[in-house]
Amino acid sequence: MADLRSTIAGIRSPNPFWLASAPPTDKLTNVVRAFQAGWGGVVWKTLGEDPPVVNVSSRYGAHLDNERKLIGLNNIELISDRPLEVNLQEIIQVKRDWPDRAMVVSLMARIEEEAWAGLARRIAATGAVDGLELNLGCPHGMCERGMGSAIGQVPEMVEQVTRWVKNATNLPVIVKLTPNITNILWSAEAAKRGGADAVSLINTVNSIVAVDLDAMAPTPVVDGKGSHGGYCGPAVKPIALNMVAEIARNPDTAGLPVSGIGGVTNWRDAAEFLALGATNVQVCTAAMTFGFKIVEDMISGLSNWMDDKGYATLDQLSGRAVRNVVNWNDLNMNFSTKAVIDPALCIDCGRCHIVCEDTSHQAIRIDPGDGRRIFTVVNEECVGCNLCSHVCPVPDCITMQPEENGLPPMTWPNDPRNPMRAAAAE
Amino acid sequence: MTLNADIPASPYADLTPPLTAVQALAESNRCLFCYDAACVRACPTGIDIPSFIRSIATGNLKGAATTILSDNIMGGTCARVCPTETLCEQACVRNTAEERPVAIGRLQRHATDHLFARKGPHLFARAARTGKRVAVVGAGPAGLSCAHRLATLGHEVTVYEAKPKSGGLNEYGLAPYKMADDFAQREVAFILEIGGITIEHGRRLGADLSLETLRAEFDAVFLGVGLGGNNLLNIPGEERDGVENATAFIERVRQATPDAPVAVGRSVVVIGGGNTAIDAAIQAKRLGAEDVTLVYRRGRGQMGATAWEQELAQTNGVVLKTFAAPVAIDAQGITLERTRLEDGKLVSTGERYSLPAAMILKAVGQTLAREALDGLTIAGGKIVIDDDHRTSLGKVYAGGDCVASGEDLTVQSVQDGKLAALAIHRHLTA
Repeated sequence: MADLRSTIAGIRSPNPFWLASAPPTDKLTNVVRAFQAGWGGVVWKTLGEDPPVVNVSSRYGAHLDNERKLIGLNNIELISDRPLEVNLQEIIQVKRDWPDRAMVVSLMARIEEEAWAGLARRIAATGAVDGLELNLGCPHGMCERGMGSAIGQVPEMVEQVTRWVKNATNLPVIVKLTPNITNILWSAEAAKRGGADAVSLINTVNSIVAVDLDAMAPTPVVDGKGSHGGYCGPAVKPIALNMVAEIARNPDTAGLPVSGIGGVTNWRDAAEFLALGATNVQVCTAAMTFGFKIVEDMISGLSNWMDDKGYATLDQLSGRAVRNVVNWNDLNMNFSTKAVIDPALCIDCGRCHIVCEDTSHQAIRIDPGDGRRIFTVVNEECVGCNLCSHVCPVPDCITMQPEENGLPPMTWPNDPRNPMRAAAAE
Repeated sequence: MTLNADIPASPYADLTPPLTAVQALAESNRCLFCYDAACVRACPTGIDIPSFIRSIATGNLKGAATTILSDNIMGGTCARVCPTETLCEQACVRNTAEERPVAIGRLQRHATDHLFARKGPHLFARAARTGKRVAVVGAGPAGLSCAHRLATLGHEVTVYEAKPKSGGLNEYGLAPYKMADDFAQREVAFILEIGGITIEHGRRLGADLSLETLRAEFDAVFLGVGLGGNNLLNIPGEERDGVENATAFIERVRQATPDAPVAVGRSVVVIGGGNTAIDAAIQAKRLGAEDVTLVYRRGRGQMGATAWEQELAQTNGVVLKTFAAPVAIDAQGITLERTRLEDGKLVSTGERYSLPAAMILKAVGQTLAREALDGLTIAGGKIVIDDDHRTSLGKVYAGGDCVASGEDLTVQSVQDGKLAALAIHRHLTA
């Protein structure tokens, strides 16, 4: 049985599955339900200075697929709208009742030292908190007041705020990064310079999730109008994975612990974040879609998979894929893979043929078969793009099989077909 | 005494209810949008099934209905009565891995019902008038399909129909458990919206109408006269009260209203193994008959009714008795002789038994009424046509059950009428 105990920036939890700072961690009732369900820790919903903010009515918009499965969620909700003291008292009580779970508190303030430091000290004074997470990412509402992503988008401010909070208390500080930037490394490096013990990413992506075509307004519609909001859920996972990997493979930030956030919906998503260098993961949308019970399969699924693969601890898994994330220029130009269609599994839908024919390389031939058409890959035309295997509705019916060509690995900078290489040689 | 506590609230209700919006969404998303899809190839009218199902999934129900009705103007009826289990749904690739096809028929009904429920102009527009006039004999699926397509192409059409209502078998020949409420008449009204079609009721070929006159007065003639005659059992007692053709029974049931349904006997015996026999048997059961027995002289594998229809009859309380040939009818019921197959040939065993029957319905096949078809070449009991649906008489075309174009199905008749209209159009505008 794999050991799922997790430690990030000195903060321990019985498993690597935390609930992210968001509506599910807004108050005692929810957090207790989460801990009863088995979650390893929470990042309490962002606290700010009193008086608390006021939220609008109608707060979420959804990106649904054809079958009404939620693949993305967007929100225009602000930070905690309850008085600071109420939150702090609940945090004390929850930590007293659930001492083995990680209790991290998210905070946000004006770009002034005393605001950040004062808030951090009040939170630390509860004695119930294992760490602080700096919310430098919300792309809606709070940024119009100079907070959230308005700070996170400026590396100098990221560094400054991190330093203020580090100096204010002895608690570990996790800096939550916004993806609404041109280069995630600038913010990650700034957080590190400011003394961050870890970074967490990604915060939500700035978005208009949908347009209500009757109201002619973005959703969620608030009295006929809408605003851009923060986008999260399964659809943002690829963006998050890339940013986590960028930090892990960048020499200046390598070794900076990462709490992975962005569309983690099941144990497999979590394993992918860990493989790219994350130490643990934070979840929100999946819980808001299915409730807290999903953590049971996350725990057993990750544990069973680790057992199958021979990983005894999370440390053995974390970062295992990082060395295989390279620049395009470091890919092997001599590698060749071809699609192979298993006629025994084929159900004769023809989708591989039509997508290849219409949009790719005309590399799948149709022959009349005995009652069912036969689809065959034309090797000379197939460039190994994978499209057919992605659109095939039957698992493992179309597989990609590397071709033995006897050629040694060769990167683009060394490729004779590269005109820049020829220029350099002259 | 209550005949059967399990009979439905109304014997005139749908046996297969319409899909709910949620069901239609889930089912439409099971379609894989196949390329050159097998279901389309299996549809006699070639409806672009993946496209209409995708339109349902995206919430474009009017677009879905337009796709269906452009290829099959009676897509609403076909959605209800097609043996999809042997056509589109049998071909669905979802059978291969999951043994459950997409419910194409029910989705087609979902889309067409939506269109019929909404108010708006007719879906199709007429081309510039050609000044050509075409006579159509028979306002059934073949005739109305032909008339609609001709009108769309700009021709003027006069339809002659012997019965007081249009629709043919859709109105008179399909059991109400498949064709509930007044759908057949609503569909006729929809078809006539195109304009350019006049229907004259009470006009029967051979009575006040002759092929000769029609050929003289019109630029072309289409015959969609169906099969007007019924085969006989040729056994003693066939003429007794309580013995009736199943087609006549269904016609009576269809023309009755739900508040005054047709009375059926306590025990009913239906003779035959085709769709009409199944229709009559299930409907008799739903009308309150206590025992309904379907008797067929061969085995289930030889029945014209599909396995699905046979099972439907059984789950609706009909008892299937195979290898039983009727030999006589008397006041008590019917006497049957056991049969068996010997080297593929049906032989009698000489062993007889009787079934009590207050009502005996005959569904042993229909025949072409040859009167008034003088001059047409007829072979195998059907009007002979060429690839353009032309008969042996100049200017005269034919389609539907009266020709041998395929199986005797509504969907085949609609296709015949459509193809004949296109051929007539080519001929008239050449």
